[in-house]
Amino acid sequence: MNGKNYYSRRFFLKTSGALAALAAIPATVKSFYMDAKRLIIPPRQKQPLIVKVNKQTHKLDVDTRTTLLDLLREDLHLTGTKKGCDHGQCGACTVHVNGERVLSCLTLAATLPGKEVTTIEGLADGDQLHPMQAAFLECDGFQCGYCTPGQIMSAVACVKEGHTKSVAEIKEFMSGNLCRCGAYNGIVASIQKVAK
Amino acid sequence: MKPFSFSKSDKVSKALSAKKEAVQFLAGGTNLVDLMKKNIAVPDGLIDITAVLSDKVEAQSGSTRIGAMVRNSALATDPQILAKNPLVAKAVLAGASPQIRNMASTAGNLLQRTRCPYFYETSTPCNKRKPGSGCSALHGEQRMSAIIGYNDACVAVHPSDLCIALAALGASVNVTDKGNKQLVIPFKDFHKLPESTPDLDNHLPKDAIITSVDIPDNPFNKHFAYVKLRDRDSYAFALVSVAAALDLDGTRIKEARLASGGVAHKPWRWQKAEQYLKGKEANAATFHAAAAIVADEVKPLPGNGFKKVMLMGAIETALQHCLTA
Repeated sequence: MNGKNYYSRRFFLKTSGALAALAAIPATVKSFYMDAKRLIIPPRQKQPLIVKVNKQTHKLDVDTRTTLLDLLREDLHLTGTKKGCDHGQCGACTVHVNGERVLSCLTLAATLPGKEVTTIEGLADGDQLHPMQAAFLECDGFQCGYCTPGQIMSAVACVKEGHTKSVAEIKEFMSGNLCRCGAYNGIVASIQKVAK
Repeated sequence: MKPFSFSKSDKVSKALSAKKEAVQFLAGGTNLVDLMKKNIAVPDGLIDITAVLSDKVEAQSGSTRIGAMVRNSALATDPQILAKNPLVAKAVLAGASPQIRNMASTAGNLLQRTRCPYFYETSTPCNKRKPGSGCSALHGEQRMSAIIGYNDACVAVHPSDLCIALAALGASVNVTDKGNKQLVIPFKDFHKLPESTPDLDNHLPKDAIITSVDIPDNPFNKHFAYVKLRDRDSYAFALVSVAAALDLDGTRIKEARLASGGVAHKPWRWQKAEQYLKGKEANAATFHAAAAIVADEVKPLPGNGFKKVMLMGAIETALQHCLTA
């Protein structure tokens, strides 16, 4: 009873008790964390949503906070629509709702049932580019290309609205789309080409 | 963004009875959604009221009624507005971008919050965002700040263009309150000065809904102008803006209307200058004298003295444009 490997009953109880407590801690901490989280951070609220994008109907379950922009990119994987400022100042997220150009970053997805969304992916007819897409290629309407989907969606609406009587009018009615590369001259030329 | 509940209403009365303290109404959303992203507006719930409000411009006897849900782009191209109140269309087109005008509603335009940079920067004090925290702009960047009607509590300005035209034309705001009572608020009394409550922009009763805006029939559809000066040619908020309109008898001014944006906590009518213009010959000397009257009234802050000179020029230019437009 005096060898090196002697463990007392007391030692065994202490150690095994401590180990058991240690094993129990993670679950306790986790539930405490979850309780605190529920108290501090309100739970997200999801709603079923039926939305029509590029003539296709989608049924989803989305957080009420979801903007049309995030719905397109994150849920429907239509990443052609770009997130620039996410605050309605740059126009990179421009899409059409019921045929009119709007900012998808300021449109809540929950407001969309009953409306039709068209994005840059829905503009071409199969492999046949929309005339505005072709004009942007031809007139160098872009450099880096990040603002381009928004520019093209806005340009298509600009022509449809008939705001193409002069360069000044085109610039005024395209002022909601910023291009940091400065491809503005090519963009105006593209619009003039399609408007003719 | 804080999680929130979302519901759609199909009747004004239903929307009003569903409205709770921390719930907000949603129309165009161009301002509210942005403010929610920045945690400046933190509602527990949104009630979409786009379906309950009129989106029509209608002729009434003696006035034109603009439904609360008439989008800015529809307002700017409406044949009745262009014929009877073209100044309104001019002002609307000077604001925002085509995309935003396609979304934004008439009533929402009245209720948009200031674009004072400190209101948007949540790490700085702002009495409008957090009552009692102080005004950062008072000793800060004042390029976008007020030059009249401000106090130590707040030097922010109202950002709307549409409202400047509505103020000039003496419009009124039709409201349904929580108890379903209809109220009419004259436009000049709708927005307020900061006083001791800069967190409140206007006198819209709590939990009430704007249902329409009325513009009385007026003789200002021939000689009018909207001049907006800003940091870039388009798609920027006004440093100063001027809505001007003249009712002329030959070259004599029968009546004048003059209002400005970018100068005060509310759309500002220059009544002294209007009074001066009455009965005068419409010429450069008269316009210069009217601008001088306005210049005497304003008190720029240390950081925006340029606005006084800019405003004088804008007023003279706008009045001159009334003769050529």
